[in-house]
Amino acid sequence: MEIAIFVRWLHVVGGVMWIGLLYYFNFVQVPALAQAGAEANSGGPGGAAITKYVAPRALFWFRYAALFTWLTGAYYLAVSPYTLHGAFTLGLMLAEPVASVTYIGFGVWLGTIMLLNVWGLIWPNQKKILGIVPATDEQKAKARRVAFLASRTNTMLSIPMLMFMQAGAHGLPFFG
Amino acid sequence: MNPLDTLQGTVISGLVLAVVLAYVAKLLVGG
Repeated sequence: MEIAIFVRWLHVVGGVMWIGLLYYFNFVQVPALAQAGAEANSGGPGGAAITKYVAPRALFWFRYAALFTWLTGAYYLAVSPYTLHGAFTLGLMLAEPVASVTYIGFGVWLGTIMLLNVWGLIWPNQKKILGIVPATDEQKAKARRVAFLASRTNTMLSIPMLMFMQAGAHGLPFFG
Repeated sequence: MNPLDTLQGTVISGLVLAVVLAYVAKLLVGG
């Protein structure tokens, strides 16, 4: 088996875990915790169990799946005809434009921004929210907002990112 | 209001961004 094809497969597996957990946070956990908090004073169980047992595990697999996905994608590009340089420069440095290189380049940039969001914004602020690092109530409130918006930004970016990731082989759904 | 405050706003923003970026990508490849 050619190693690059094997790594590309791992890249897809990692990506499904990363984006799957991203969608879990945005479509399931955040609305569930909001409802649990609203109903806590009227006999509801509250969201403490989710915060204590589920969120840390989900965040662990989320952030390492993000890193794994980026690294396997970077390796695949580095050894493929696209090349990392070609993708990051959107194919504009090539003698003639190659659509698949430009498309994967857009996907690479979006995925890279998303990875930086995970490790630079979401995880540092989640550590304050979950009490892994000390923070005042005011700092926690700010951290909650920053982590929320970074996570929502990644959800938004994932939509064009996934479009570009498969556009090289299958084309764009628009302006065809 | 920030569209990212709601799930609907987030998804619609993502779809709009996808269309805009697809148009830019098409322009770059001369299509």
